[in-house]
Amino acid sequence: MKPYHSLIFEISQSDRSAVDLPESDVDTIELNDKFPSHLLRETEAELPEVPELQLIRHYTALSNKNYGVDSGFYPLGSCTMKYNPKLNEDVARLEGFSRIHPYQPEETIQGALELLYQLQEDLAVISGMDAVTLQPSAGAQGEWTGLMIAKNYHRQNGENRSKVLVPDSAHGTNPASAAVAGFETVTIPSNANGRVDVEALKEHVDHDTAALMLTNPSTLGLFEKDIIEIADIVHQAGGLLYYDGANANAILGKTTPGKMGFDIVHLNLHKTFTTPHGGGGPGAGPVGVVKELTPYLPVPRITKEGDQYRFDTEEPLSIGRVKGYYGNFGILVRAYTYIRTMGPEGLRQVSESAVLHANYLKKRLEPYFVAPYPQICKHEFVLSGINQKKLGVRTLDIAKRLLDFGYHPPTIYFPLNVEEALMIEPTETETKETLDAFADTMIQIAKEIEENPMMVLEAPHTTVIGRLDETKASRKPILRYTKHE
Amino acid sequence: MGSTFRYLPDTAQDQQAMLDALNIDSIADLFDDLPTSIRLDGELPIEKAIPEPLLMKKMQQLASKNTNANQHSYFLGAGTYDHFIPSVVNHVISRSEFYTAYTPYQPEISQGELQAIFEFQTMVCELTGMDVANSSMYDGFTSVAEAAALAVSSTKRSKVLISQAVHPESRAILTTNASGLAYAVEEINLLDEITNLNELQQKIDQDTAAIIAQYPNFFGSVEDLAQIKQIAESHGALLIVSANPLALALLQSPGHLGADIVVGDMQPLGIPMSFGGPHCGYFAVNKKLMRKIPGRIVGEALDANGKRGFTLALQAREQHIRREKASSNICSNQALNALASAVCMSALGKQGIRKMAQLNVEKADYMAKQLSKKGFNVINRAPFFNEFVIKLPVSTNTANRKLIEAGFVGGFDLSMDYDMADHMLIAVTEQRTKAEIDQFITVLEAL
Repeated sequence: MKPYHSLIFEISQSDRSAVDLPESDVDTIELNDKFPSHLLRETEAELPEVPELQLIRHYTALSNKNYGVDSGFYPLGSCTMKYNPKLNEDVARLEGFSRIHPYQPEETIQGALELLYQLQEDLAVISGMDAVTLQPSAGAQGEWTGLMIAKNYHRQNGENRSKVLVPDSAHGTNPASAAVAGFETVTIPSNANGRVDVEALKEHVDHDTAALMLTNPSTLGLFEKDIIEIADIVHQAGGLLYYDGANANAILGKTTPGKMGFDIVHLNLHKTFTTPHGGGGPGAGPVGVVKELTPYLPVPRITKEGDQYRFDTEEPLSIGRVKGYYGNFGILVRAYTYIRTMGPEGLRQVSESAVLHANYLKKRLEPYFVAPYPQICKHEFVLSGINQKKLGVRTLDIAKRLLDFGYHPPTIYFPLNVEEALMIEPTETETKETLDAFADTMIQIAKEIEENPMMVLEAPHTTVIGRLDETKASRKPILRYTKHE
Repeated sequence: MGSTFRYLPDTAQDQQAMLDALNIDSIADLFDDLPTSIRLDGELPIEKAIPEPLLMKKMQQLASKNTNANQHSYFLGAGTYDHFIPSVVNHVISRSEFYTAYTPYQPEISQGELQAIFEFQTMVCELTGMDVANSSMYDGFTSVAEAAALAVSSTKRSKVLISQAVHPESRAILTTNASGLAYAVEEINLLDEITNLNELQQKIDQDTAAIIAQYPNFFGSVEDLAQIKQIAESHGALLIVSANPLALALLQSPGHLGADIVVGDMQPLGIPMSFGGPHCGYFAVNKKLMRKIPGRIVGEALDANGKRGFTLALQAREQHIRREKASSNICSNQALNALASAVCMSALGKQGIRKMAQLNVEKADYMAKQLSKKGFNVINRAPFFNEFVIKLPVSTNTANRKLIEAGFVGGFDLSMDYDMADHMLIAVTEQRTKAEIDQFITVLEAL
């Protein structure tokens, strides 16, 4: 294929367009007659001018320089890059879902409300919670929503608890969301087994603890076996337990956050429930809560009266609105379609296969990379490149070398408590052949590091561009195109 | 036995081979670390799996219970609009190299996404007149709250003033956000349908971090940002503008009028209404605030051979590095919808976007004039873009029922959010024909 390096602005030519709008069928208006002149543009916005075929070729060329799950294996830990079913895409594009307005009269959107109501019910069952809001548009927004619920709950009980506890292995969004909800973050260390250090937790929990945020299994892919004791410790101090659902792909149909003792749960529909990541979004991060917290959920809530579905805005204790309208509806439609496709047995098998795949791949790689936590893992596992680092090759280099073999690398340098971390999540939708081929490649790279490290240090060799100077890009940022005359 | 589910590829043989390699008897052994007391007995009590052909039928039936813009003519806007979307948009965003990718953390295999977003950022800068735009936010409403949080943290002041002519949902989310970050929100009342500048003058003080206005405002009217900027500047407060990007094709850019932060929603440009989401917030700032902007941002960079490429830039602001000290907790954004709007803006081009905006102005103007002629009171005193308010002889709810029967989705009912009983906010996009407008008015006349 011919290499393509142009920005759309660089192929633009005056007086071209890919759209032909109809002529006006009403009287023309002189803008100067209607608006004061200082509120009218003097210079036009410099949008590109391209004909339709050239527009399509431009974006096709760009797509050819991009890698998705449909391109190949994508074992990006904690991101659950599983297959995005095509049926879900078709359903979300049905005109009865895509061309409806959020403020239409309730009686004209009963199908949409029924879907949302059913999805709320399903997610409540899957998470073991009593009620669910679908409003949050991503995991981080779900976290913030959940923490605002915790905050208002404590306030209602006459308490201004100021601290949120977060393990050192937590996603960066956990402490960031706590800060946006106005809490101070306290970091709880992991013990030698990679799990929450229960003794340290006891030391830090007190009457100022609003909540403990926990991902279970953790970002190390390990199940918190002491979860019952952890829940007791937090509850006895009057705190709430928050479940970060980023790793829920490991537990479907096996257990629920509710059973574990959690009070608030968010689920990432773009992880566990197959909605596409879209190159960074849109996602959806519904939040479920136990009965005691239900009055604090965001409004509007979707309820059912007889056989009619409606919006409920009359909740005096609600934290209010967190997102426009009712959440990322198009994403919710996809997740609902997936849940109906899989049913209870399918969802259980999802987690079983995801966990089997992770353990199998870990087993194959353990002889070549340090596995800091040798016990069984759940849906993902973490390796450390410390031995390779001694040979002068960093985890970043391993990631770049993987690109040459047509793989998306694992998550690297996270979690923060493992040196030179490689976090691998194979997911359930890959075949054993793919897992084996990836393992073979990783093993080959491990050998290259010993025999021919330059091959790895100088990688990637086959991509459209080499490693970019990100430091310079941040020091003297160029964040938009500017026309050079 | 292997799985019968089409997304699960393991055969019985595969499973056995993997179990053998792990030296265990069954998959159940891999869940031994779950305490017995928390294990589920039996399957989750949800509906059984439905095969693809039956499920598609079921979903079509569900979709058909909704009245949609293919069947009815929509005069409903209030933040979400029925605009023309060129076919190319859906074709581009359906390329799965784009939609099945994660955030572009590996630039060497994400140049397509990164470049498309870099182009998107440029287009947002062009329309808003700002120096820097990020790669997108959840939606326009949450962007208002993010902008307020940025103003509070960068000015170290503790109060924001927001006009009541800003969308009610923006104000509601702002209130939730403010109760977390503990800053104060004061609303500025309306004078007719625009922000009361005298009241603004009285309420602003040395503790005001920002004034927030909408452009055009919730009632469709174009606020005089130049005057609001003067008031903000005299007290060292920032000006935050929430703007409709389509209107910015014709209206003076907020950046030119002195805005410090411009936010809004790209929905009018290439994104389906989709019952309110996913849409796509945008966020643009002046140079001074560049290193505090929330969310992801793409920058140009060179590789070792001097070849131009694109990568995520200024990541030191973000939660995965800064954790609790990050400028925002945002992680996922609306990248695919940013791509959709970039494709739409590219398809329309410099002249097409003006033409589309002009059609909106002309059709709304025609409809308002016709309604006035028929004796309806058009409330707007200031010039409006593609929305305006009329007073009805009956409740908006009653009018909308009649309109639905006649094949129209009527305007937004202002009785709840503004205590304006019998007032309807009407949106007229380029999609509406003169014939539809005339028929709509005939239905209203018969009320």
